[in-house]
Amino acid sequence: MAQHNHSTTTPTGRFAGLRALVTGGTSGLGLALVKEFAQRGAHVAFVARGRERVERIARMPAAHGIVGDIAAKEDIHPIVVQALGELGGLDVLVNNASDLGPTPLALLGDTDCEDLERALATNLVGPFRLTKALLGALSASAREGRGGVVLNISSDAAINAYPAWGAYGASKAALHHLSRIWDAELASEGIRVLSADPGDMDTPMHALAIPDADPSTLKRPGVAAHELIELIAETLAARRVPTETAHAVGGLA
Amino acid sequence: MIAAARPVQRPSTAKLLSVDGHGALVHLARDRFVDLLRRGDLVIANDAATLPASLRGIHDRTGAEIEVRLAGWPTAGDVTHFAAVVFGAGDYRTRTEHRPAPPLLVAGDRLTLGPLAATLIGTLGHSRLVSIEFDGSPDCIWAGIARHGHPIQYAHIAEPLALWDVWTVVAGPPVAFEPPSAGFVLSWRAIERLHERGIGFETITHAAGISSTGDEELDRRLPLAEPYTIPNATAAAIQATHDRGGSIVAIGTTVVRALEHAAQGDGIVRAGHGVATQRIDSATTLRVVDAIITGTHEPGTSHHDLLGAFATTETLQRIDRELTVRDYRTHEFGDSVFIERVNRDAQKDVPYSYNC
Repeated sequence: MAQHNHSTTTPTGRFAGLRALVTGGTSGLGLALVKEFAQRGAHVAFVARGRERVERIARMPAAHGIVGDIAAKEDIHPIVVQALGELGGLDVLVNNASDLGPTPLALLGDTDCEDLERALATNLVGPFRLTKALLGALSASAREGRGGVVLNISSDAAINAYPAWGAYGASKAALHHLSRIWDAELASEGIRVLSADPGDMDTPMHALAIPDADPSTLKRPGVAAHELIELIAETLAARRVPTETAHAVGGLA
Repeated sequence: MIAAARPVQRPSTAKLLSVDGHGALVHLARDRFVDLLRRGDLVIANDAATLPASLRGIHDRTGAEIEVRLAGWPTAGDVTHFAAVVFGAGDYRTRTEHRPAPPLLVAGDRLTLGPLAATLIGTLGHSRLVSIEFDGSPDCIWAGIARHGHPIQYAHIAEPLALWDVWTVVAGPPVAFEPPSAGFVLSWRAIERLHERGIGFETITHAAGISSTGDEELDRRLPLAEPYTIPNATAAAIQATHDRGGSIVAIGTTVVRALEHAAQGDGIVRAGHGVATQRIDSATTLRVVDAIITGTHEPGTSHHDLLGAFATTETLQRIDRELTVRDYRTHEFGDSVFIERVNRDAQKDVPYSYNC
């Protein structure tokens, strides 16, 4: 209902009026994504747990900060009310917020159940709940020919069995598979659900996982954000035909 | 009818009473509603998400406990201003007609509603219907409402409702004050079945207002003016459906209100924003909507009056009797009716065949 004057996206990667939500948006890759969306002309809302950082980053023009924990069931709908209220709808969701599991990283046999549960809550159940609560808005966006893209941030640990990455790897593997199933299920709605590995980046989370890594060997989060947003732009440009045309009219022809 | 007292959107036992354009009545399991529709029809739902519009707090001047129920948008999408109904102490567990009155409300009064603060701008023709303005930026107000508010609810449901109880699967823009509950029939599987059967599915956004205030004088003014938005895709799909002779099937009274309001000029639904102000009843000639799926509304309500635009008084009385005799459940989580309007085009008078 909000009478925002949003125009549609263009296939060139400029996002005039695109409406995007990024979780974990106050550091690392998430912050780089928020900046990149804003620089390309999108209206972007972001979620993070720390009020002080959220308020500081929300001073950026066209950025709306939301304080919340996507691992907490009770936080999901308040986050969605704020995002949809502030943006007037949603075209792109990036589930970026992630939890490493135990830190320092631990062998599975040494991993506390609570650390595994927290990793699953943040990396799998939270993105599931948030995406589910936003499906109505995303499908409306797709029907209107605007967008309807969910990007779940994955990891090579979702594919490869790295010792000591058990909680994180298992949760990201589950998220990767959830993405593939949802992408198949939502084909008829015109919504794409993508899973992408941004590579090893110089971020606070990487420093937590591998404290002695040489930052010069790691990808800058801004570079990864640029690549991911190019992926989103390509997906929007190639978006599926809305259902009315694909099914009802086409079926009658 | 029996009050549906549990917040379950799609109980496996949900029933549907179907009434065709000739007044023939059939009972069936509600999850089979897709079987009532034909290839080339278009189903339109209201995708408004329900606001947590019940805000508890204090009337600063008297220190009295109050409950403010947000009830109307003076300007669509402007979260700083609302029309609201004010109740005295207590909560939904007391029936609205038994709730104590709030203190005398006068322009300039300050209200503290959890993290939110508001100024009472004035009353709107009734001592409890007021215009309020929140302090702060839109983002702060959205955060305050999202964090502090609860869905408006009534005494027939004992447990406190959460937003996920009252959001339909297609819920998007948070602009409704009470759920567009006819949409509880929808699941993603049902929408997928519509696609499979060559039936279109589109949405409008209509800021459904409150259904009851517990005050007869106020209730007579319901529904209040309700802003709506019709997307380009929906307007185009309605035109395409008309062109191919298909039926427009509205899920809920709010969809009927929005589409018929948008078509008031020349009968054509155009994309854009509007404010539905009209009442729809037996005197209304429907220009867009051919059939409605809605709840089991009780006689005497504005929702029941709206059904008079679809069916004759005689048919509505037969429906009411059937719903009572067959123990249909009422209220927002209750059973449903599907009513085709009379006088549909002759080409659409194809008899249905289904088992029940």
